[in-house]
Amino acid sequence: MKPARFDYIRAGDIAEAHTALAECGKDARVIAGGQTLMPMLSMRLVRPKVLIDIMHLPALRKIEASGNDIRIGAAVRQAELMAWPDLRDSLPLLKAALPWVGHAQTRSRGTVCGSVAHADPSAEIPLSLLALDGAVELSTRRGKRRVAANEFFTGMMSTTRADNELIEAVLIPKSQACTGYAFQEFGRRHGDFAIVACAAVATDKSIRLAVGGVADKPTLRDWPALDGTALTDALDAFAWELDARDDLHATARYRRELVRQMGLATIEEARKCRA
Amino acid sequence: MPRLSADARHTIRFTLNGRAVEAQAEPRMLLTDFLRHELGATGTHVGCEHGVCGACTIEIDGATARACLTLAVQIDGANIRTVEGLAPEPGRLSVLQEAFRRHHALQCGFCTAGILMSLDNYFRRKPDPSEDDLRDFLGGHLCRCTGYVPILAAAMDAAKRLREAPTDA
Amino acid sequence: MPKVMSVNPTQWCGQSVERVEDAALLTGRGRFIDDLGVKPGTLFAAILRSPHAHARIAAIRADDARKLPGVAAVLTGPDVTRLSASLVVGVKAPIECWPIAVDRVRYVGEPVAVVVAASRYVAEDAIDLIEVDYEPLAAVVDPEQTLDPAQPVLHDGLKSNLASERAFRYGDPEHAFASAARRVSVTIRYPRNSCTPMETYGLVAEYDAAEDAYDVLANFMGPFSLHAVMARALKVPGNRFRLRTPPDSGGSFGVKQGVFPYIVLMGVAARATGRPVKWIEDRLEHLAASVSATNRVTTLEAAVDADGRVRALAWDQLEDVGAHIRAPEPATLYRMHGNLTGAYDIRNVSVRNRVVLTNKTPTGLNRGFGGPQVYYALERLMQRIAVELALDPVDVIRRNLIPSGAFPYRTATGALLDSGDYMKAFEAALADGQFAELRERQQKARAEGRLYGIGVVAAVEPSVSNMGYITTALTPEERRKAGPKNGAQATATISLDPLGSVSVHVSSVPQGQGHRTVLSQIVADELGLKPADIRVVTDFDSARDAWSIASGNYSSRFAAAVGGAAKLATDKIKAKLARMAAAQLNVGPDDIEFAAGKVRARGNPDNAVPFSRLAATSHWSPGLVPEENQALRETAFWSPPELTPPTEGDEVNSSLCHGFIFDFCGIDIDRVTGAIRIDKYVTMHDCGRILHPGMVAGQVTGGFAHAVGAAMYEEYAYGEDGSFLTGTFADYLVPTTMEVPEPVILHVETPSPFTPLGTKGVGEGNCMSTPVCLANAVADALNIDSIDLPLTPAKIAAHIHDAERAPPKAQATAPLAGKGRALRGSGEARVNVPPETVWRMLLDPKTLEAIIPGAHGVEKVADTHFRAEVTLGVGPVTGRYKADIKLSDLDAPRAVTLTGVVNGALGDARGAGRIKLTPVEGGTQVTYDYDAEIGGKVASIGGRLLDGAAKVVIKQFFAALVRHTGGAKPGLFARLFGRGA
Repeated sequence: MKPARFDYIRAGDIAEAHTALAECGKDARVIAGGQTLMPMLSMRLVRPKVLIDIMHLPALRKIEASGNDIRIGAAVRQAELMAWPDLRDSLPLLKAALPWVGHAQTRSRGTVCGSVAHADPSAEIPLSLLALDGAVELSTRRGKRRVAANEFFTGMMSTTRADNELIEAVLIPKSQACTGYAFQEFGRRHGDFAIVACAAVATDKSIRLAVGGVADKPTLRDWPALDGTALTDALDAFAWELDARDDLHATARYRRELVRQMGLATIEEARKCRA
Repeated sequence: MPRLSADARHTIRFTLNGRAVEAQAEPRMLLTDFLRHELGATGTHVGCEHGVCGACTIEIDGATARACLTLAVQIDGANIRTVEGLAPEPGRLSVLQEAFRRHHALQCGFCTAGILMSLDNYFRRKPDPSEDDLRDFLGGHLCRCTGYVPILAAAMDAAKRLREAPTDA
Repeated sequence: MPKVMSVNPTQWCGQSVERVEDAALLTGRGRFIDDLGVKPGTLFAAILRSPHAHARIAAIRADDARKLPGVAAVLTGPDVTRLSASLVVGVKAPIECWPIAVDRVRYVGEPVAVVVAASRYVAEDAIDLIEVDYEPLAAVVDPEQTLDPAQPVLHDGLKSNLASERAFRYGDPEHAFASAARRVSVTIRYPRNSCTPMETYGLVAEYDAAEDAYDVLANFMGPFSLHAVMARALKVPGNRFRLRTPPDSGGSFGVKQGVFPYIVLMGVAARATGRPVKWIEDRLEHLAASVSATNRVTTLEAAVDADGRVRALAWDQLEDVGAHIRAPEPATLYRMHGNLTGAYDIRNVSVRNRVVLTNKTPTGLNRGFGGPQVYYALERLMQRIAVELALDPVDVIRRNLIPSGAFPYRTATGALLDSGDYMKAFEAALADGQFAELRERQQKARAEGRLYGIGVVAAVEPSVSNMGYITTALTPEERRKAGPKNGAQATATISLDPLGSVSVHVSSVPQGQGHRTVLSQIVADELGLKPADIRVVTDFDSARDAWSIASGNYSSRFAAAVGGAAKLATDKIKAKLARMAAAQLNVGPDDIEFAAGKVRARGNPDNAVPFSRLAATSHWSPGLVPEENQALRETAFWSPPELTPPTEGDEVNSSLCHGFIFDFCGIDIDRVTGAIRIDKYVTMHDCGRILHPGMVAGQVTGGFAHAVGAAMYEEYAYGEDGSFLTGTFADYLVPTTMEVPEPVILHVETPSPFTPLGTKGVGEGNCMSTPVCLANAVADALNIDSIDLPLTPAKIAAHIHDAERAPPKAQATAPLAGKGRALRGSGEARVNVPPETVWRMLLDPKTLEAIIPGAHGVEKVADTHFRAEVTLGVGPVTGRYKADIKLSDLDAPRAVTLTGVVNGALGDARGAGRIKLTPVEGGTQVTYDYDAEIGGKVASIGGRLLDGAAKVVIKQFFAALVRHTGGAKPGLFARLFGRGA
């Protein structure tokens, strides 16, 4: 269980990372925290010709306010975001979701953007990004573009990032007044891939529920402020639309039921904590 | 921009348990193999090589890390701590190590180095953890011998003693 | 009956002294196999393993691998058969068992080729360059289905997949059943799991051509009966197969018995290359192909009186040992043979035992060894008796327990239960564990609408296996021919050095249990020394140490057998020292005592000689000591006389010692998720005399954690096609601190009369009692009559969740859920050209090359048969594959079926898809559905992601089709990404 051979580039600045990506394209992989990429390298599921290490770029290691958004650079580790003093006020959903990401020992290395780049359908950070209308900032040596989360994730471990693009940061809108946020998850063990993860955003006029672990990418629905059977009917329809499958850890039917019941509970929790 | 060629071995210089060391590695060499077989620091064990079991947990620049999820080339210039650096001096154990011995918190000892490194780092950040905190935190490690009961007891005991005599790490 | 050998009132035994092992282990100075250096020139091995559950090997092309710089050799089946012999098989059947596939693979993970190279990295590079042509065969994974004559037979020497069948009868079960007030039965399917030690297998093998001798250092744990199996396979006498173990081993729980085929395999590799060969198994290899417990289907029926008294049991056990019946199987099935009545006084028993082969990894030792399978059936049955007769399960157990004062008790099937007072331990557990309070807690929880269940279980924990029990698999006639097998030789050696210090050596091959500490306690007590004065060596060398076939670390034999042998060896040397001291101190030998580092006259402590001085005498002044009193080194061999061979009536005392366990628990089930919370768990043990309470507690909590894993999380799962589905620790779920609560541990101590120290084993009991205790609690909480392990949330929730409403109309055609790793899906696309154009494109290699994702060239074999080289990828995971695609059911230009096989390093897929073309305004509506099975590496390690990955690849195909036809109408492209694709 040893990786195949690859060259290693430690980018000294963002321009170097761009140059390396431009030259190597699909033969290159960016390594940040490496918590997902490294097992794939060791299992030889992924065999890049070049690894580009972006963890030594101070410019990417920042959490900063950018207008209404919080901008989290590509080298910010999950543990650093968890320890960020403004997290509770600015990003309450992330505050609730981050403890579900792996374990303390992997969050200390894994990055926020790395999780987004990997686009695992069970992962908490892509789910939260989607639920909050976040965006991904992609750059090449020619320039930058911003892709909304709902366009960025296209399927199983698949995104709209082009081979020469670097994920420089994610942008997550700050929490809004009179809005409640909640996150719930169920896995076989704590720290496992979610069987179902739910992120809810609620105001007095609207409900949003985003679900991970069921479809091949995080998926959301927006509803007006439904209640009672209208809400349970909406959840039931959503549960079916996610096209759940059986796998080793849960049946499709079980996943649908968790979407209905845990989805409802998450929405109720979001409503309760509406500021 | 230095590009380390896949086929060559490259010199990696870093600090290991307070001492400057160097050795050579191909870009693909895992840090576990590098520490163990190039530098002879065999206290860090390999249990799964996919980042789940925690046996290879070490400290890189003050943060816990799975050595199996790290490449040797990534730690050039870094400050690394491993289990070999925990005891205050040869023949003496740290407070944490002593607690493990007292509580029989190890049997085969294969997973132990990783757990010690995790706890050593954790107690510096959070000296007064609850048992629930510790359960959650130790959830990142697998042990097949002890059933975890004595590990939790040793960790609680060590945290208490460290709070009472913090200098005697 | 042999009586308890007197034990001096001791000082160190019974204390939880700090372990001598720990300082090194805590400071990173352990000496595990991979921590030890190797000789210059040592090569490193990697193994190419089968991605198929069952296939014929048509060809292996390894030239590119051999040419890779750094590669010394590539070995395949024929190389191994040329240099070795088949491993002997434990049943009378004309089948062979090789450590590598020969002509045919029979399970996913079976070794196919071994690369030996300058480093493990290079060896794995070479593995990637080996091409194997497999001709897949039908696979069978289910132990009941494998008996169907329509299923493929795994071994040519057999007429069916039934490798062994025996029937047994004890007492008069027919009469008991005929006259029973009630008959109650259960059928259980015990799944596959393994205790997965944190350290994997490892070894270094050398071959000395000059002496035709092998020297292997391996983290093997015994039993050393397998030394004979390995020496025979390597075709050398036992004295030319030197087997050594490293000082430390990272856990085993039985599992490291399974390294033995690799010892043979790498011995051959060392011989072929003339260099030492080192192999360290990686975790993926371990999960897929090391060893696992057997899965078993058991139907157990009881003849029961109206008050719950069980009069007879009828066992029907169907044991699945996987693809080979590898030594020591079918031992898992027979280890418990003497104990099929558990802790109960039941005199009439019938048994049918069948051993079958399936396309799964061969099985072997695993903590509990046969106990979990037996007690799951027996104790589920006892719970069902209570339910069906409307009795309290506690009363059913009470009514059937072997009465106090009946020990030693001979069970119907032949076990001699050495000692115990089951009723006393049982009542003490109920009282001290506060069972009544738990019942109140349950009532309160139920009143609140919670799903709260209580489980109770009684069990007998056997230890110190009779090496002859396995021959119960043979008929009495076959046993007569083969000669009787029995006993359990334990050995220990004590020696005194010229400075008078004491060394002890045993062949117990500890795997972390702390044998060195306990032996130092035992010997220190006997010699009046401190444990620190005794140095214990446990690394093993078959060329130098006293050992026998029973040596090793299994069947919880250490405290009872090895600890006892150490006491006996110490007694021998002590007697000589006492005679020497008597001469010096002018008292009789009987008046000598060993205390406080001195050997002295009893009652006159000043008349003494320092122990070390006396102990050194035979080195420095042998002339002063009569030869019979010279004390240098003594070895004790001990095999208990109670371990007799099976009788003509097939009664067998399968183990020497029998501990007693009574467990109960309360669990709470979450109504939404089906998750189990263990509210309280009480486990009562009578494991005889306790030498080190801390270590006994560690064995109980450790076994309990393994049991929680087996009960709720762990399963080696296989797809119906034999693909292995739990190839990583992300899918094989080992419980953590978050999942394992602290049990309440209670003890009573009834010393064993059969062991020198009164001790019994304690390491395996909770693996036997706890899974079924939790299952009984779940059955109670849900009021269901049948439940199998693992108790997954989805399985439990299926009993809780309300019936699902029909899907809304839009989803009425939602795809069927996949089964195992079978993938199904459907989708649609709309293109701008008429069906005839699409039809032509689908039959044109050039177009196919353009639209098949990653195609490097499409070759037309026939009009409806194509071959292609493709690079398929999902996100960063890409691999190169060979695809073979056939078109059938052609209905031009309306519909066609594509059947394909795709093979590559990451796995293989077989599938079929029907594509339909419907003319619509301005183009064609393309609809498709597919059905595929995925096997090999991706199925083992990425099962969670496969459905999504298949969607991505198929989506790529149709996206390319759309592009190739000039695109879809604006806005329609998005529909490609709708449901199913």
